[in-house]
Amino acid sequence: MTVYILCFVLFLVGLYGVITRRNLIKIAIALSIMEFSIFLMLVLIGYIDGGLAPIVDPDLAGQIYVDPLPQAMVLTAIVIGLATTSMLMAIAIRLYRKYKTFDIREIKNLRG
Amino acid sequence: MELTISIILGFMIIGAIYALHAKDLLSAVVAMGIVGYGLVICFLLLKAPDLAIVQIVVETITLVIMVAVVLDSTRDEIAVTFDRRSIINMVTGLIVFAALFYFFILAIGNLDPLGSHTLRMSESYVNGAVEKTGSVNLVTGVLFDFRAYDTLGEAVILYTAALGVLTLLRMKGKK
Repeated sequence: MTVYILCFVLFLVGLYGVITRRNLIKIAIALSIMEFSIFLMLVLIGYIDGGLAPIVDPDLAGQIYVDPLPQAMVLTAIVIGLATTSMLMAIAIRLYRKYKTFDIREIKNLRG
Repeated sequence: MELTISIILGFMIIGAIYALHAKDLLSAVVAMGIVGYGLVICFLLLKAPDLAIVQIVVETITLVIMVAVVLDSTRDEIAVTFDRRSIINMVTGLIVFAALFYFFILAIGNLDPLGSHTLRMSESYVNGAVEKTGSVNLVTGVLFDFRAYDTLGEAVILYTAALGVLTLLRMKGKK
């Protein structure tokens, strides 16, 4: 159970960063940290004690393998995380070229 | 196993807190590497080699992109001043954290303890998967056979993101 709680603490650290930081790069870092904690949580749920990595060896019959389903889902999520992070970085560099700062309070033109 | 992962997670939390408080953006980006590569070690310990390979590649690419962005702009962190708004933000954050933590403690009561998971839901993916898909690696069997459309959608998302980045970086901004 401590692992789950520590995993959630890592998520909360990321959430704290998103709420309190003002720098766009730091917000991107905090979002990545939240992502990582969720990946770890899903893989932790699929772990089985004494299980092998989910690669079937035909010589070893009756072996237990860890659950491959969360791993496949997390694999998809990791790649999509890369896509969102690179998109965020492209937007950040565009905003920096226009406003000469990463401070989200200075970037006011998008205010409703 | 639980102890090892707890220690690595502790280091990841310290790295994450440092990354959010570093004065220099470059060191913040490098400290994010602690979290990402710590995650790789956790994946290896949790018997997920495919994830470890993908995560190490993705983490390296992310670091390269972030370092390129930071070096192309500024390395200085904005000076943090305590005004009314940041205090309101922190109080809101604390309340949200307390509520989330309470519900999380309630929720993990329903989870199996670490290591005692049963293949209740993925039984049909695992039983006879080698004969059905022809792949000895169960993860690629799920990704490229049972959920091939999912993987196709993922490729579409990657392609769209690449197009978006290209458009954003080539566009001439209005003065």
